[in-house]
Amino acid sequence: MTTQTPTTARPAGAARPARPAGAGTGAGAAQHRWLRFAVRRSGRLLVSLWVLVTAAFLMIHLVPGDPVRASLGPTASAELVAARRESLGLDQPLWVQYATYLRDLLTGDLGTSFGSQLPVADTIAQRLPATATLALLAFLVAVLVAVPVGVAVAVATRRGRAPRTELGFASTSVFLATIPDFLLAVALVWVFGVTLGWLPIAGQDGAASFVLPVLALAVGPAAVLARIVRVEMLAVLETDYVRTARAKRLPPSAVHLGHALPNAVTASLTLGGLLLGQLVAGTVLVESVFAWPGLGSTIVESILAKDYPLVQGTVLVYGVGVLIVNTLVDVALAVLDPRSTIGES
Amino acid sequence: MPASLPAPIHRSRPRLPATLRTPLGVTGTGLLALVLATALLAPLLWGGAAEAVDTAAMLQGPSADHWAGTDNLGRDLLLRTLVATRLSVVLALAATALAVTIGLLLGTASLLLGPRAGRLVTAGVNIAVAFPGLLLALSFAVIFGVGQVGSVLAIGFAGAPAFARLCQTLVAGVADRDYLAAARLAGVGRLRILLRHVLPNVGGPLVVNATIGAGGALLSFAGLSFLGLGVQAPAYDWGRLMQDGLDRIYLDPLAALLPGFAVVVAGLAFNLTGEAVARAFSIDSISGVSLLAGGALRTRRRADGGAAPGPHATPSAEVEHDAGPDLVLDVADLVVTVPTAAGAAWPVRGVTFRVARGEAVGVVGESGSGKTLTALAVADLLEPPTTVTARRLSFQGRDLLSGDHRTLLGTELAMVFQDPMSSFNPVRRMGGQLAEGARHHLGLTRRQARDRAVDRLRSVRIGEPERRAGQYPHEFSGGMRQRAMIGLGLMGSPALIVADEPTTALDVTVQRQVLDLLAEVRERDAVALLLISHDVSVVADVCDRVLVMYAGRVVEDLPAAELATGARHPYTRALVAAVPHLGTDLDRPLAVIPGRPVDPADLPAGCPFAPRCPLADARCRTEEPELVDGVACWRPGEDLPAAVPEEATA
Repeated sequence: MTTQTPTTARPAGAARPARPAGAGTGAGAAQHRWLRFAVRRSGRLLVSLWVLVTAAFLMIHLVPGDPVRASLGPTASAELVAARRESLGLDQPLWVQYATYLRDLLTGDLGTSFGSQLPVADTIAQRLPATATLALLAFLVAVLVAVPVGVAVAVATRRGRAPRTELGFASTSVFLATIPDFLLAVALVWVFGVTLGWLPIAGQDGAASFVLPVLALAVGPAAVLARIVRVEMLAVLETDYVRTARAKRLPPSAVHLGHALPNAVTASLTLGGLLLGQLVAGTVLVESVFAWPGLGSTIVESILAKDYPLVQGTVLVYGVGVLIVNTLVDVALAVLDPRSTIGES
Repeated sequence: MPASLPAPIHRSRPRLPATLRTPLGVTGTGLLALVLATALLAPLLWGGAAEAVDTAAMLQGPSADHWAGTDNLGRDLLLRTLVATRLSVVLALAATALAVTIGLLLGTASLLLGPRAGRLVTAGVNIAVAFPGLLLALSFAVIFGVGQVGSVLAIGFAGAPAFARLCQTLVAGVADRDYLAAARLAGVGRLRILLRHVLPNVGGPLVVNATIGAGGALLSFAGLSFLGLGVQAPAYDWGRLMQDGLDRIYLDPLAALLPGFAVVVAGLAFNLTGEAVARAFSIDSISGVSLLAGGALRTRRRADGGAAPGPHATPSAEVEHDAGPDLVLDVADLVVTVPTAAGAAWPVRGVTFRVARGEAVGVVGESGSGKTLTALAVADLLEPPTTVTARRLSFQGRDLLSGDHRTLLGTELAMVFQDPMSSFNPVRRMGGQLAEGARHHLGLTRRQARDRAVDRLRSVRIGEPERRAGQYPHEFSGGMRQRAMIGLGLMGSPALIVADEPTTALDVTVQRQVLDLLAEVRERDAVALLLISHDVSVVADVCDRVLVMYAGRVVEDLPAAELATGARHPYTRALVAAVPHLGTDLDRPLAVIPGRPVDPADLPAGCPFAPRCPLADARCRTEEPELVDGVACWRPGEDLPAAVPEEATA
């Protein structure tokens, strides 16, 4: 079996080899496979990025009427509107604007805010860390809670054991997963901020201020993820290779964590990646509840103020965040499961 | 000729009322009815009262007059929450309808616009679904503007990609059906095909997912309004009420919590109803709640009637003799119990046999005869709720019925399973999978264990074992994996190899290699073999002795050499006669054993083979024979009626 050269960048679904594995694939072939994976995956990322950037560019042009007039209000003088239009390049042909937009993007120029007259890139650079920290912490909490809980419940309840645990887990997780993050945020504010007075309910000020926003963001995804992990783990525990591992008489922890978990996590990751993207977007609402000084507040304020360059920039950053998360999930999958680098999923 | 071909609906449809009687359905529809009734009636009953400004009662907390307090104009918040139901639900439904419509157009693009444009749309949809709905909704809110209409459009457009994806999947499912091809050949137009032939077949799942989607749209709308981008004053929906209430959470927590509660209840109502219907029609839903199902052990229901056979724990009639030093495995009255919905079933009912050092014992029988469960029970690999009991179960002189024998079993008992393709962990390297047991049981270092793994791979004839040890299972062929499995067993110092159908999944030439390797391993170290197989010829070829199993018992125990001529049990003889050989007359139908194997959960009285046995008489049908002198039969070795089994092909 001859290995395909990595120049065939997009073997797509059709090229998925049935791989009659009799013939060996050497270390070189393994490298080719990784290269192919890298090329294919970054190709997809670039296409998605291009679609995102183009959508962000077109967003302003799809606003009915004149965005500058809409932004400045009906009282602004015609001269001011015209001057602003010219400074934004809106008097140019569309394709020129598009080229300019792409060129500016490459140099890190996201335009100038209508409102503050500050560079959008500066505002984003100032606001992004608060949001990124929030999302990252929430993600870590969700995964660190969901995976052990899912695994433990799967092991405890498999083959109809401990039906009460199963019922309790099922109903709790469904309930927690159904509550939208911003409603949970309000409930948390009431319980821990208002009634108990344990934790601050607004602003970013020290470690304690992270607790409620992170919880509000993490609980829903954690509940869904724990359910996914449990179901995947139950399926994996019934596989032949887990039986083989048991036939080696390894201790249960080695069977569950060493053999079953990597496979269960691989399968969970595909669905978990979607949750993660939603978590990134969920920061918008949760930040609004907690008056969090992040990008979420910025995007809402800029939409209300019709500050289109700022909207464009923030939407772009959120979109890129989601794309990065999706790509990281795919890379993690490839590392965990060598089969996934073979072909398009 | 626009033939109106029937578009069959390929889904069994249980009656709807029955499906909604499940707890999920009752809760869902009950809540939904409540929400819809409130949406309909609340504005009529309290619409005016909810707008009534009362300057004397501004910004009050909960009181007897105003259970949830009042807002900055003294309006009652409980009434406002109830009245807001209509706007919240109507807007959510409008957004959902828009999402479904756009999704349907995008999802059926390949049918409407042809395959090339369809692929482009599909690619676009694939990129769009990767972005969270809220982000899409915010972006569309920029374009459509702030307010009710803008938000309906934004949420509708944002929800469209998910429905488009769903439609693509559903349409792809029916697109290559024959009736569509026929309609196309008959010249039916694309739109007509879509409306008459495709939509009726994808409608069910679409409606179910739209119901669930309405719950999502409700939450999204609450989110947008909460952010101040949705409903604008003086109109109000739940999200708007929450936003107004949040500032006053210290004074009047209900001002924010009550509309929040309403959102959760209404969201649940749509979700649960959708899920209940989806589950009833076994439709996959986009949401994850259906993941809840599954996991519980599927138990076989035992048919009513038939006398409970029980495990027949009567000790077998064989003479007890001491477990000599040459005995590797000693099993007496092994019983495997599987709990079922109606009590218990015994797929293995008192199996007794011994395996001496270096001996190869074959176990043959049809599927369901209990041979695999016997092997797994002997290897201590059955898990609760399945239980194993025995009068005696000892391996290498150690009693396996009590105590911990991990190291003994881990080093001296080797297993070879049926399907080599699935028996190795796909995400771990082969070398490591071989080495870990040795590291654990023998205390070898990583280096030593790896060297041993490479050595064992070499000894099972795997070329370039160094390189192979670093590879993953999918890089091995089936035959190589089965040899590696034997190599895995050789990591310790096995006294017994339990091989459960080791060659069934392999093609014939590879079968030979694996069997030869097993024979070689046995000779080298006097390893015993317990070979489970449904293939009489393989067992006759490889083994010294054969146990024939039927309905969970050993019905004959005889030397392999006597299998062809000396078998006495009618079942053994039928098995042997059913093996085709070079002299078999191919013009005649192949011999089969008439009737079906018995269900271990529903055993007949008497000899379980009696219903299929040409010799069966009244006694056979009432009394079950014990294994005496190597055969469990009331009429062992008697001549079979001439016609059987050669022509019993019914």
